Amino acid sequence: MRIVLATAAWLTSPAHWQGSDGVAVRVAEHLALSGTALAAAALLALPVGLWLGHTGRHAPLVINLLNVGRGLPSLAILAFALPVAFWLGLGLGFWPTVLMLVPLGVPLIVINSYVAIRSVDREVVDVAWGTGMRGWEVFREVELPLGAPIILAGVRNAAVTIVATATLGALVASGGLGRYIVDGLARQETGRLVTGALLVALLSITTEAAFDMLERVVVPPSVRAAQHPGTRRLPNVGTRGSP
Amino acid sequence: MTMTCMHGSRTKRQGRIRALLLVLLVASAVVCASSRQSGAGSAPGGKPTVRIGSTNFTEQLIVAELYAQVLEAHGYTVERRLNLGNREIVAPALESGQIDLVPEYLATYLTFVTKDKNKASTDPAATRRNLQEALAPRHLTVLDYAPAIDTNGFVVTKETADKYKAARLSDLTPVAGQLVLGAPPECPDRPFCIPGLRQVYGITFKDFKALDAGGPLTVAALEGRQVDVALLFTTDAVIAAKGLVLLQDDKRLQLADNIAPVVRDDLLAKAPADFRSLIDGVTAKITTEEITALNRKVGLDKQDPRAVAGDWLRQKGFVK
Repeated sequence: MRIVLATAAWLTSPAHWQGSDGVAVRVAEHLALSGTALAAAALLALPVGLWLGHTGRHAPLVINLLNVGRGLPSLAILAFALPVAFWLGLGLGFWPTVLMLVPLGVPLIVINSYVAIRSVDREVVDVAWGTGMRGWEVFREVELPLGAPIILAGVRNAAVTIVATATLGALVASGGLGRYIVDGLARQETGRLVTGALLVALLSITTEAAFDMLERVVVPPSVRAAQHPGTRRLPNVGTRGSP
Repeated sequence: MTMTCMHGSRTKRQGRIRALLLVLLVASAVVCASSRQSGAGSAPGGKPTVRIGSTNFTEQLIVAELYAQVLEAHGYTVERRLNLGNREIVAPALESGQIDLVPEYLATYLTFVTKDKNKASTDPAATRRNLQEALAPRHLTVLDYAPAIDTNGFVVTKETADKYKAARLSDLTPVAGQLVLGAPPECPDRPFCIPGLRQVYGITFKDFKALDAGGPLTVAALEGRQVDVALLFTTDAVIAAKGLVLLQDDKRLQLADNIAPVVRDDLLAKAPADFRSLIDGVTAKITTEEITALNRKVGLDKQDPRAVAGDWLRQKGFVK
């Protein structure tokens, strides 16, 4: 009860919604951090995952390596990213946090993209080859549209994980909603701390919902109809909790 | 999960949950019992185990090690619970008996405990008396204080000092609206930080950036110009080594922050007489120059606080 009251009191104070430590600014910072990291991760991971899926070459090696990488705790990666960011002249805060978040997203996207392409019905792919399509055309016209739901699921998982983990950035003087959690703990201010946690949870759910909407737009209706509603989300190979 | 499924296996499930709860209960009881034992346990020879805590910056780790090693050299068992966090974490841990001894700073701790910034002064003896008065109902005792004083210091780069012709904190009052302060996250609540700067100097910074407690993040943020003014501790050797400018506290916001160990009364009651004399002996030798030199070895030369503390104790003849 005390926690609920403290949080309500914190949230209803207008001072906490304005200025450089206000909710609006912190949410914007959090989105900037997560968006940059997700974009970089997708840019790195999509070509690799799709290529692995299309050719099937070296896939076990790459996937296994990425799985080992997924075992590294984000906190350790952050500790490592800080000196790297200094060395690159990127300073504190934003960039070390992005450097931590990108390796978090990459395996999720690579593995899902690989699985997405591989799980396209082999008979359909064979028919496409049989009609005289070239490799690139098979990929663009058959594998990519049919694999799209699972590819997007990978990006969505990466996005949700990145949004939740971006909170750690506050430990290296980054902005974002992690500020409220780290500062709330340091100042023994329950309201601030719980508000931070709630807002991160809310942002994660919103991210998930946004990707569902994106899926409706991007995935061709014929593919969506073909998917059994119950199995649509099954291949979330890279599901992982927040740190 | 469907309703039928829940209905069908409810009793079985509840039974399983109860069994699980029972296991957890027993496990936690065992853990509690064993941890209590280690807390109140005695080393062979009747000397109690001392659990030494510290907050999260270099000097605290060093001073805690000084006390830990001098006690160990005289037959005490020491449990180190160092680098726990800031005072907001460590002070409750001491009061609730999770640790027995913490190196503290007279004025800052007095203000923290009483929430009254008028009790501390520039006189360490008077500040200690007031602190002891405040600690008595909490069953804590402040031992002798050291000659060493370590206060919050507000530091700028040479460039910033030249640009604003700032040598004293009051020089910042007219220009603070253009400057960003970097300090630990608790600074907005602490009387010797943002509230004190506002009341005593009329300084209100343009913005505040939460960093660490006078550690590497703070120094990096100052050097990388992500903040203009940074809170470092006055005994931090990095200030001189990096050619930073420590602004003079010309209106005396910072008070008698002499280093002083605070211990739980129950430990004092069961410890033999040499406990107090060992701790006080070490404290008496900690001067501002000595601790600054030790901070330099750990903070700048990256030596191990444990080894640095051991060398110092040997050099001063406290341990062989």
